[in-house]
Parts: sequence; structure tokens; C-alpha cells
Amino acid sequence: MREQLRPLNRWTILSTQVVLTILVLGLWELGGRAGWIDKLYFSRPSDIGMQVAEWVRLGYVVKDVVTTMSETLAGLAVGALVGIVLGIVLASNRFLGAVFEPLLVLLNSIPRITLVPLFILWFGFRFESKVASAIALVLFVVFFATYAGIKDVDPTLVASARVLGATRADVVRHVLVPSALTWIFSSLRSAVGFALIGAVVAEYFGANAGVGYRIQYSEANFNTAGVFAGLAVLMVLVTLVDAFIVRVQRHLIRWK
Amino acid sequence: MSDVQPAIRLTGVSKQFPGGYTALEGVDITVAPGRFVSLVGPSGCGKSTALSLIAGLDTPTAGTVKVRDRLVNGVADGVGFLFQRDALLPWKNVFDNVAFPLVLRKRPAKEIAERVNEWIARVNLRGFENHFPSALSGGMRKRVALAQTLVYEPQIILMDEPFSALDVQTRDLMEDELLQLWQGSGMTIVFVTHDLEEAIALSDEVVVMTAGPARVKARYDVTLPRPRVIEQVRLDPRFTELYRAMWNDLRDEVLESYARATSAP
Ligand SMILES: Nc1ncnc2c1ncn2[C@@H]1O[C@H](COP(=O)(O)OP(=O)(O)OP(=O)(O)O)[C@@H](O)[C@H]1O
Ligand SMILES: [Mg+2]
Repeated sequence: MREQLRPLNRWTILSTQVVLTILVLGLWELGGRAGWIDKLYFSRPSDIGMQVAEWVRLGYVVKDVVTTMSETLAGLAVGALVGIVLGIVLASNRFLGAVFEPLLVLLNSIPRITLVPLFILWFGFRFESKVASAIALVLFVVFFATYAGIKDVDPTLVASARVLGATRADVVRHVLVPSALTWIFSSLRSAVGFALIGAVVAEYFGANAGVGYRIQYSEANFNTAGVFAGLAVLMVLVTLVDAFIVRVQRHLIRWK
Repeated sequence: MSDVQPAIRLTGVSKQFPGGYTALEGVDITVAPGRFVSLVGPSGCGKSTALSLIAGLDTPTAGTVKVRDRLVNGVADGVGFLFQRDALLPWKNVFDNVAFPLVLRKRPAKEIAERVNEWIARVNLRGFENHFPSALSGGMRKRVALAQTLVYEPQIILMDEPFSALDVQTRDLMEDELLQLWQGSGMTIVFVTHDLEEAIALSDEVVVMTAGPARVKARYDVTLPRPRVIEQVRLDPRFTELYRAMWNDLRDEVLESYARATSAP
């Protein structure tokens, strides 16, 4: 079916996207200058750009990005690792799965953001409370994807591996994990976003650096351009990390 | 033949699934070493179930299953299984799929490379070592599965309708290749099919099963001379004779199984 459709031209798509972006930003800018849009609440693209430039000049951007990214990546690494291991263990051991899976479903029903004040209580306004928030958001996403991925494995593949001489550990390594990898990677892509949310929200509550801190500080000073500038920085960050994960995924799942 | 220890012996084997459905009932089958035996029966009668009991992937609810005079208790070494459905690991390429059983046995890398390359050549897949299963045709995937099973030299091979998904020409070709690989190897083969022609052309003995629950309805010795060539063996008058006799047995069972399927609530 798909082959019969005329292929879409990449350049037409890209130029349409660029034109649309320019159009929206242009209208925003014009509306701000003409007074149709309240500058106090919505700022203007030019002001936002200038704000980013100012932060770059002051060295804030590098400092904030490094702070937020180290919290995000630490949370992502720990949360994903624990989620994957937990998923593998609970999905490949029927007894442990029956005991713990309902408990994790229960924990998952807690809105994770509400735990952030608790982490701050435990760890203070330090690095650890931000990482803990990121872990709390990432862990469940990755766990449930790993668990589902392993449960989804074709039973014929497991039977075949056993006949070929595989022990239980061999089955996990050669059949269950590779089969779950597709699921794990798609969960990792959303996990990046979640880790960043965890870190940034924890920064709102109290920090002295980081993109979340910069947004919160701007807001407290009625600097709307600063809030938007922070969001723009976040957007670029997520896009870059996502592109990286897609590349790793392509490499590891090239058999598809 | 009675003085030789049988390769496989099923005695009074029954299998009832947890849902209550009885797939096998009082099945007695003895397979002498080195023989090529086919099981034929209507669809859904319990042929695959019988093979998983022999392979140790499942346990009977009554009776005993013995492989080389030892009670089957879990998956046994030295038994190969070609599954009805595709069972190659999609994330391993042809080389790694064929190497898999040797890797599991922790053979040295050099030996693995030699034996895998030899078997890839014997099933005519040279040049496809780095292809993933998704890039191969159905016939090629069956060849990879065959190499993967033969590479660790099991003495007993269970085949569950291995060629049923292939087109007729590819199938004839694969049947000839299988006979060539088996000839003189000493391997015991239990071959499940619902195609009588295939069963007669390949086997020393054909066991006809009843519609579920499966029991042994009849068995036939196929005395056609070997080595056989699939296209020629079909023209032998003894082939036609056997076919007619077996089809008589099978027809009642197929009709019975069909009547049940269409009158099911
Ligand atoms: N795990 C199971 N639980 C319950 N019933 C089962 C199970 N496995 C198989 N059956 C039933 O047992 C019967 C025999 O199944 P089996 O797969 O052995 O048949 P078959 O002879 O191989 O059929 P086919 O020719 O279609 O492959 C079928 O009716 C099937 O529905
Ligand atoms: Mg079957």
C-alpha cells in the first residue's frame, strides 16, 4: 500500500516547517509590538532571544545546562537501570512477579510529582533531591515497559532455545532481553522527558543553579522573557538527547 | 528389531490440558534408532503435543515417555526440534543463529566457526551469513533452522510440519535435501505432517492418528527402496497402493474432525 503513494519530498516538508515557524514567531513579535498581545504576560521572541544571549554572555546557560543535565542523566541512568533489572527479574520469575507486580502498580498510582517535597525533606536542596525526583519518574516507565516486553516474548522462541541447550540464564540473556529491547528503548525516549521534568520541578522548589532554577527566578522577578528563554533551552536539550537515543536504538535494533 | 534398544518409546501416554481437553489418549509408539517415522493425523488431533512430550517441553498426564531408555524428565540433550512456527532468533543473523547451540555448549570459537561454516554450506546458504531472518525467504529460514539443529549433531530430531508453509517446488527440494542429509547419518527422525504423500515419500514407517483425542489408528511400513528421489518415488506403484490404504484410514478421521469443528457450539 505504502509503496504506491508518491514519496513526500523532504525539502518541501522542511521548508513548510520553517515557513510556519517564522510565521508564528513573526505574528507573535508583531502582535507584541502592536500591543495586541500583552508583553508582560507573553513576552516577545526578540526579547526571549536577547535574554538567551544575555545568559550566554553571563555564562549562565552553560552552568544551568550542566547542572540540570547532570541531575537528569544521573536520574535517568539509575532509574532506567533499576527499572530494567526489576522488570527482568519480576517478569522471568513467576513467584516474585506475582508478589511484587501488584505492589508496583499501586506505587505507580501515586502522582510522582507530589513526592518531590518529600525528597527535599530527606535530601535538602542538594543534587540528591533532584536526582531522586528524576528517578521516581523514570523508574516506573522503564520497569513497566521491560516487564511488558518480556511477557510479550514469543513462547516458541523460549521453547526452541531450551531445546537447543539454553539454561534459564541463557534464555534471559539470548531471548528475553533482546526481545524486550524494542520496548525498553521506546520507554527510554519518554523517560528522558520524565527525568528532565523531575529534575526541573525539584529545581523550582529550591536550588541555586539549573534551568528550573533560572525559570523560577525569572518568574519571581516578573521576567516573562526569562521564563520563555528557560523553556527554549529545555526544548533544545530534550531534542538533542532524544536524537542521541534514537541513534543508539538504530544501532542495537538493526535486525528489524 | 526387539533386541535393539528403541530410540523413543511412548507407553500408554495420555495428555489432558488444564482446561480439561484431552489431546492424547493411550498412545503407544516405538521408534527404532536410525528410523524415519512420520506421524499423520487430522489438524488439531495432538501431533505437536506428542512431539513436545518427547522433547521434554511438557509432561504426560498418564503413561511414560522414554528416550534412549531413559525416562524423559525435562529437556534432554541430544534431541533436536524443528518447530511448526518460525523459531529463529530475529535479532541474530544467519551465522549467529546457526552458532547459537554451540555457543550455549561453550565450544571454542575456532571450532564454532568451522562447524557453522560447514553447515551453512551444506544447506546452501553461503553468502547469507550476515543476513537477519527477516531478510530471508520462508524456504531459506527453514534451511537455517535445519542447520541450527544439525550443527550440534543430535541423534534424534523431531520435526513438526517443517515444510507445510512452503510452496510445492521449494518443498520437494527441501524434502530431497533432508533425505540426503539424513541418509547414512544414523539419526532418528520423527516427522509430523498431515500430508500423506510427504509422509510416504520420506519415511520408513507411517503412524496414522485418530481425530482428537489422538490414538494410534494404524501403522504402515514403507518398503520403497532407498536412496529415494521425491519426484520418482511418487510414480512407484507401491506408493499409490500405500497412499490408498492410508487415505482410507485417514479419511474417516478427517471427516470426524471436520464434523466436530463445524458442529461446535
Ligand atoms: N496448552 C494448551 N492448553 C489447552 N489446549 C491445548 C494446548 N495446546 C494444545 N491444545 C489443544 O490440544 C489439541 C491438540 O493440539 P496440537 O497442537 O498437538 O495439534 P496438532 O495435531 O499439532 O494440530 P495441527 O495439525 O493443527 O498442528 C488442540 O485441540 C489444541 O487446541
Ligand atoms: Mg501442530
